Amino acid sequence: MSQADDYDHGRDLAPGDEPEESAGHWVRNYLIGLGFASVLTAASFWAVGAQLIWGPAIPVAIIVLAIAQMGVHLVFFLHVTTGPDNTNNVLALAFGLLVVFLLIAGSVWIMGHLNQRMMQPMPMSQMLDMQR
Amino acid sequence: MFGKLSWSAIPLSEPIPLITSIVVLLALFGTLALITVKGWWPYLWQEWITSVDHKRIGVMYCVLGLMMLIRGFSDAILMRTQQAVAINAPGYLPPEHYDQIFSAHGTIMIFFGAMPLIIGVINFVVPLQLGVRDVAFPTFNNVSFWLTASGALLVNVSLFIGEFARTGWLPYPPLSEATYSPGVGVDYYLWAIQISGIGTLITGINFVTTILKMRCPGMTYLRMPMFTWTAFAASLLIVAVFPILTATLAMLSLDRYFGFHFFTNDRGGNAMMFMNLIWAWGHPEVYILVLPAFGIFSEIFSTFSGKPLFGYRSMVAATLFICVVSLMVWLHHFFTMGAGAAVNTAFGISTSVIAVGTGVKVFNWIFTMYGGRVRMSVPMLWSLGFIFTFVIGGMTGVLLAVPPADFLTHNSMFLVAHFHNVIVGGVIFGLFAGLIYWFPKAFGFRLHEGWGKAAFWFAFFGFWVTFAPLYVLGLEGMTRRLQHVNIPEWRPWLLISLFGVALIAISVACQITQLVVSIRDRDKLRDDTGDPWDGRSLEWATPSPAPFFNFAVLPSVEGEDAYWRIKEKAIETQRLGPEPHYEPIDMPLNSPVGFFTAFFASATGFALIWHIWWLAWAGIVGAFIGFVIFAWRDVHEYEVPAEKVAVIDRARRAARQAALARMEARREALDGGVAS
Repeated sequence: MSQADDYDHGRDLAPGDEPEESAGHWVRNYLIGLGFASVLTAASFWAVGAQLIWGPAIPVAIIVLAIAQMGVHLVFFLHVTTGPDNTNNVLALAFGLLVVFLLIAGSVWIMGHLNQRMMQPMPMSQMLDMQR
Repeated sequence: MFGKLSWSAIPLSEPIPLITSIVVLLALFGTLALITVKGWWPYLWQEWITSVDHKRIGVMYCVLGLMMLIRGFSDAILMRTQQAVAINAPGYLPPEHYDQIFSAHGTIMIFFGAMPLIIGVINFVVPLQLGVRDVAFPTFNNVSFWLTASGALLVNVSLFIGEFARTGWLPYPPLSEATYSPGVGVDYYLWAIQISGIGTLITGINFVTTILKMRCPGMTYLRMPMFTWTAFAASLLIVAVFPILTATLAMLSLDRYFGFHFFTNDRGGNAMMFMNLIWAWGHPEVYILVLPAFGIFSEIFSTFSGKPLFGYRSMVAATLFICVVSLMVWLHHFFTMGAGAAVNTAFGISTSVIAVGTGVKVFNWIFTMYGGRVRMSVPMLWSLGFIFTFVIGGMTGVLLAVPPADFLTHNSMFLVAHFHNVIVGGVIFGLFAGLIYWFPKAFGFRLHEGWGKAAFWFAFFGFWVTFAPLYVLGLEGMTRRLQHVNIPEWRPWLLISLFGVALIAISVACQITQLVVSIRDRDKLRDDTGDPWDGRSLEWATPSPAPFFNFAVLPSVEGEDAYWRIKEKAIETQRLGPEPHYEPIDMPLNSPVGFFTAFFASATGFALIWHIWWLAWAGIVGAFIGFVIFAWRDVHEYEVPAEKVAVIDRARRAARQAALARMEARREALDGGVAS
């Protein structure tokens, strides 16, 4: 989009549209990101197999590592930062999270509610079994 | 070799589809033959089919949408006449055919009538209002259009080859599962919607990017015209929810094609999950349709009252409020599914709350007219008809948002009347208003006022005569989608409703006449200045029809109502601004990639419907090859020389100068009259 230069006021850039002159800087950033991502991936595999973590806490550890992984991807690969040129990207991310949250939380709530009501005639113990 | 396809797929024994097929095919071949004989193919190919000009693509979207509106309306005529005659009688449509008709009516009206028209108007207007030369991804835009056309083609092919879904416009399982719908009807639905859905998603991405990233100098967010704001909100919603539709229909496809159990009755499937997901898309979808219509009304109320829009900022806030809250109300489509009081109450309240945003807008429109010099032109008539109709539709909607009331009216004719009340009264009235309003900008002449007024009045009364009886019938207990009726007391209401359909048919005839008469009298209706309605936003700063590059020099905006300010300044100083320095302009090159992609997508869709696997693969490979060839294109733009830009723009300035002189002469004559 060469036209975009004419229209833009030079502040808000799309990810990947940043000026080219600092290519070396980006390569370094990508390598740091790759390092973080690899460490987090390895840590997840290790957490499942290792005896060091208390059994029931393993899923929590995996979730934490997964969220960290997402953060690394956003910052190093998708270039979502807190800089002033990044408002649109941050807002787009927030809107996306809102939509996903509404859909998933809403569906879980609606379907869970429905499920509970469908299970009324069953004995309690069996009902808990079904829900598990 | 041909999968499930055989000669028995052609409905030779059913006269209605057969005769329709023959007539449509004859018309189609007649048109193609005419184009060939007249030698119009090169023109069509270069100027329209491969065009990446947002205005041309917008016009093509609108033509597609209008053709599909007529197709959907003919389905409506069939349904109304069937119900009017089938009282303790079989009528003339057998149940399996009637079920296809109401399914096709809903599918076509929403996906291939209203959506292409809305997207067409957005395409045409938004870059002009932003003061730029094209959208962010011009070729992508062309691909979007052709994918939508491909979906429309598949739905209409189902009339001649095979059958269409008998499940309603949203294919609820378990009825739509392979066990209960073994035919190809649901598959036609699935692939048509999937292919056009990709096109719609691309459009959404395109316009979010365009509005965020491509605005002329000085066009800050809070200076954008209201229509652009609503187009932005609608595009955001498209990007947010069309993936849900695609995923849900993909799950249903997996059920049907590979024996999965997402929505089946057995093995852990849950049909209710389909209702949940499809309406998580479906409710925002109605706001995707109606928000741009609200934008159109905002432009028209402001222009035809000669005043800035009342409460512009509250209008922007209301739009974004509706955009977000529309994602939180979807359960009201299935209150009766069996969720408890907590869930139903929460969604009932959120549904009532969303009406507040619309209420703000209605008051803003009324206050815009207050104290203004209101001109009762045709777009204004549609807008006033909209306020009256939509407010009543909205109130029945708030009634339906109360779960106990909804339990009584669920799936009744009351519901049918309600959603036609808001979609016809909101979206369709808005589109007709918008098409008449922006028609001069597209073609250089206005539409005939008299026929336009006749069309409005017949549509307005026709709408109410058709749907008011359906409210009554709903309260009497008539459910929707009945192939025949066994209560003779309902006959008078059904006959009144049928009479209303006849009035709407007259309105359609008036619209067609309006178009024909206007083309005949185009020299008399010519718009010389490019500003036929005394407009306020930047699209009226261009000549009519707008040149392919829109603006010779990108305008510089200093406040809201950008063009109004430029105009006021010119009138005050009695001269246009100094002639700008013209520079060469880079414009995107045309590309046939959209047409080829859609061609192969249609082939793949058709093949998947009929289980012709080799053709499905061939289509996918073909589309991919087209993409690769396009990706290796080296030259993307061509340069329009400065001299050519100057010639076109000097003509525009001369017309404006003449208009200014006329205005001055009129004022002097008026002053002289007062003095003497």
